Amino acid sequence: MSKIISLVSGIIFGIGLVISEMINPEKVLGFLDLFGNWDPSLAFVMIGALIVSSPMFHLIKRKEKPLFAENFNYSNNKEINNKLIIGSVLFGAGWGLGGLCPGPAISSIALLNINSISFVVAMFFGFYLVKFFKLNS
Amino acid sequence: MNIINFTPVTATIGGMIIGLAVVIFFLFNGRLVGISGIAANALTEKNNKFDNLLFLIGLIIGPIVYSFITDQEINIIISNSFILLIFAGLLVGVGTRISGGCTSGHGISGIGRFSLRSIVATITFMIVGIATVLIKNLI
Repeated sequence: MSKIISLVSGIIFGIGLVISEMINPEKVLGFLDLFGNWDPSLAFVMIGALIVSSPMFHLIKRKEKPLFAENFNYSNNKEINNKLIIGSVLFGAGWGLGGLCPGPAISSIALLNINSISFVVAMFFGFYLVKFFKLNS
Repeated sequence: MNIINFTPVTATIGGMIIGLAVVIFFLFNGRLVGISGIAANALTEKNNKFDNLLFLIGLIIGPIVYSFITDQEINIIISNSFILLIFAGLLVGVGTRISGGCTSGHGISGIGRFSLRSIVATITFMIVGIATVLIKNLI
């Protein structure tokens, strides 16, 4: 059953990316163009997601265990360290250059756009590099 | 600053749908959605590999399902060069793994449970993203 949930969650997430237009790098770059032609939409996407998810997290967390798994499994890392900042700086630079972050980039594979597929291949190579050099957070 | 192309209604509705996906994944599977983590772990870890792969497949099927239901074509604009996108992809891949999250993992799942670590990460990547676009526009 957890397998079906994984697939369905991915599909719903992907549909959300399309409706919010976050799948379109031009829309994301519009949000980051704060000092030029600013498009505040991305902030509303985050607010929409948080309105739904935040209260539910706090409710669900009180349960003994999730419905289709033995226990809740998420990072409880609270450390604010150099890795967090350096990683976020690198990610922010890549996000600003390309207008793509991991979710929309992977979703846009569906559109068979050679540029976004190249981005995804490079991104996976980046994941592998971090694993290889044991730099994971 | 000029405000253009602002679509608050579809942005909020789309965001709520994303939030719903995050809630379902947490309630049933007990895991918090972070796309960079799911994607990287699908590549490098044995644990939950099949679940992670299925989530990614779902992410790709999502736009196809949307097009099928609504009969609408999805148009995206990528105005950057191929080389720049390769470089950007590498930065995103390396950066999200070093910091342990991206727009979804830190920006939604992390902030949603009031993690200070994720708030710091999100503010950092947003400021750097805005600065990068500013510099790019000046060059």
